[in-house]
Amino acid sequence: MTTAVASLPRSARAGRAEGRRSHSGAVLGALAWLIAIVFVVPVLWMILTSFHSESDASTNPPSIGAPLTLAGYRDFFGSSTGTSPWPYLANSATASIVSTILVLLLAIPAAYALSIRPVRKWTDVMFFFLSTKMLPPVAGLLPIFLFAQKVDMLDNIFLLIILYTSMNLPIAVWMMRSFLAEVPPAILEAASIDGAGLLYQLRKIIVPIAMPGIAATSLICFIFSWNELLFARVLTGVMAQTGPVFLTSFVTSQGLFLAKVCAAATIVSLPVLVAGFAAQDKLVQGLSLGAVK
Amino acid sequence: MLGRPFRSLVAAVSVATLATTLTACGALGWAGGGGKNTIRVLMVNNPQMIDLQKLVGNFTAQTGIKVDFTVLPEDDLRDKASQEFSSQAHQYDVATLSNFEIPFYSKNGWLTPMDSYLAKDATFDQADILKPIAQSLTGSNGKVYGEPFYGESSFLMYRKDVFAAKGLTMPAHPTWQQVADLAAKADGAQSGMKGICLRGQPGWGQVLAPLTTVVNTFGGTWFDQNWQAQVNAPGFTDATNFYVNLVRSHGEIGAAQSGFTECLTDLEQGKVAMWYDATSAAGSLEGKDSPVAGKIGYVQAPVVKTQTSGWLYAWSWAIEKAGSHHDNAWKFVSWASSKAYEQLVGQKIGWSSVPAGKRASTYANPSYLSIAKAFAQPTLTAIQSANPRSPGVQPRPTIGIQFVDIPEFTDFGTKVSQDISSVIAGKKSVSSALSAGQSLAATVGKTYRG
Repeated sequence: MTTAVASLPRSARAGRAEGRRSHSGAVLGALAWLIAIVFVVPVLWMILTSFHSESDASTNPPSIGAPLTLAGYRDFFGSSTGTSPWPYLANSATASIVSTILVLLLAIPAAYALSIRPVRKWTDVMFFFLSTKMLPPVAGLLPIFLFAQKVDMLDNIFLLIILYTSMNLPIAVWMMRSFLAEVPPAILEAASIDGAGLLYQLRKIIVPIAMPGIAATSLICFIFSWNELLFARVLTGVMAQTGPVFLTSFVTSQGLFLAKVCAAATIVSLPVLVAGFAAQDKLVQGLSLGAVK
Repeated sequence: MLGRPFRSLVAAVSVATLATTLTACGALGWAGGGGKNTIRVLMVNNPQMIDLQKLVGNFTAQTGIKVDFTVLPEDDLRDKASQEFSSQAHQYDVATLSNFEIPFYSKNGWLTPMDSYLAKDATFDQADILKPIAQSLTGSNGKVYGEPFYGESSFLMYRKDVFAAKGLTMPAHPTWQQVADLAAKADGAQSGMKGICLRGQPGWGQVLAPLTTVVNTFGGTWFDQNWQAQVNAPGFTDATNFYVNLVRSHGEIGAAQSGFTECLTDLEQGKVAMWYDATSAAGSLEGKDSPVAGKIGYVQAPVVKTQTSGWLYAWSWAIEKAGSHHDNAWKFVSWASSKAYEQLVGQKIGWSSVPAGKRASTYANPSYLSIAKAFAQPTLTAIQSANPRSPGVQPRPTIGIQFVDIPEFTDFGTKVSQDISSVIAGKKSVSSALSAGQSLAATVGKTYRG
């Protein structure tokens, strides 16, 4: 057999190899589509359900072709309760955006000290950052609740900002360290010889080169903060309640709620989707940069 | 170096930050908030509470008191209320609690007694509150710790038109065996129609609510008077076998996932001929959008060894002890549980939406009776005949019909309910589920025996 293959003309062997490659490429492509469909179908189902009436939404088996209505969205915007969702979305935006900015302000210098000018035992420092994520968040919930109660910080958006900053900081430091390691040392040395100070180097060299990484890190932190439910549900009440907690308030044990909840989930997901699409190029660039590294 | 789209994104994010920060500073006041004339209310997301949210402007106009609400699903509300009241965090002035929580919350000193307010508030008319409900909201010291917003018992609902077409007759006071026979005959009466809907969804407030009333009337109990667990005793076992067999033979499709909402949908959509559940369901079934309005008959909860077996439940207002706005909180409670509020709901939203089941006067109101004629009397009878102190054939160690009124019940009740749900799904046997339940209940009972 081996002899037979070896005796084939080179062009025929190349053709077969190419055929195998295109065959495996088609299989991988089909697999990628299958995975994409598995991920997208629930989201599309949620969006479709959000345009159904409550009774159509809870029909079993589901009625895909039921008439479409905006009733779920009207309910979300307060037509049945008079409660506006905007304060809750504003709370989510405040907690997510402010905490993301704080995370970046802290993570970039920390990552600098762990990659470009590594401190002594920087691997231990990296492990320390990682170890803070090992405690299950729920284990810290009660102590944080009692602490917040003692210092009169319950139902306060600042508490969520502090928590989200501290929760996302270790991830951001790990990601940013990986991105900053991409910055060629020769450029920094040249800049240093030309008299550029640390801040100038950060502003004019490091940040522009690492911008895809910064964008990716920002988006990850924003998404984690925006979607966080556990702490927000326990630590907020009337004034600092966030979008995800408001979303759950449509669930009732005495009545139909699927269409309303799907409408609420669609709207609450929108900011993250919009931010993701707007920065898609940078996000993919940044994530693949980190992945290769 | 930055692309135009990315610069735009950065600019947009900056503007959004500024805008939301300003919004938060201005509109939300950065939390804590709540002036002297604002009260904060934690409540469950049931339709009656949503109506109250719509109408609360009337209260604010009358009293000048602003009300901020936090609305949560039932399970989340229980978690939040437990954490709020046990720590006396004072995030809220008023909360909706039920006759499950109020007895032991009051015993723990977490609630403000309302007696002094009731003595001064002549228009409230406490004597008008239905006696079983008033008793279930009274602490062991005899003080009133909660005022009902709406109350309910349980009864049997059935499709009169389907029964007539099949030549079936529903007794006014059926036994469970009669109901099982009727379920068998009504099964398949219409295409895709099953005989009966019974809850099978896990949760101490889901499958265990109707099942425990069946246990009571079969002669079973969770605990005897001395806190000895009785979960695998004959009464409990017979009732569970009966319930599981009935729902598996003639019950709804997907019974192991069916709760109140699913059964309501099934009855409205003609997928079941009968439903044993809360009396408060009747308001939805007879509502103007209901496809089965006028077609439903209502009879008392089926029995075996007891005279009655309906449950008793009342979502009620309670005032947190640590609160600093007790007077304003009472004004809100007094308004929300008043006769005038029922009148307001009837006029503005519709009489079928009135939070009923708490006042005798509601059942003498011609406007309410005009819409609730079919179910008003069966509801009143069911509530008035409920006996939370002695719901079965033997003395009980604590109050409660469809629950055991101890904090631990939420935990071990939920675990047992998960096993029962598995039995309904055909994944477990009744005996193994009840043996596990017996072990859990025995551990809890031991702590109460001391």
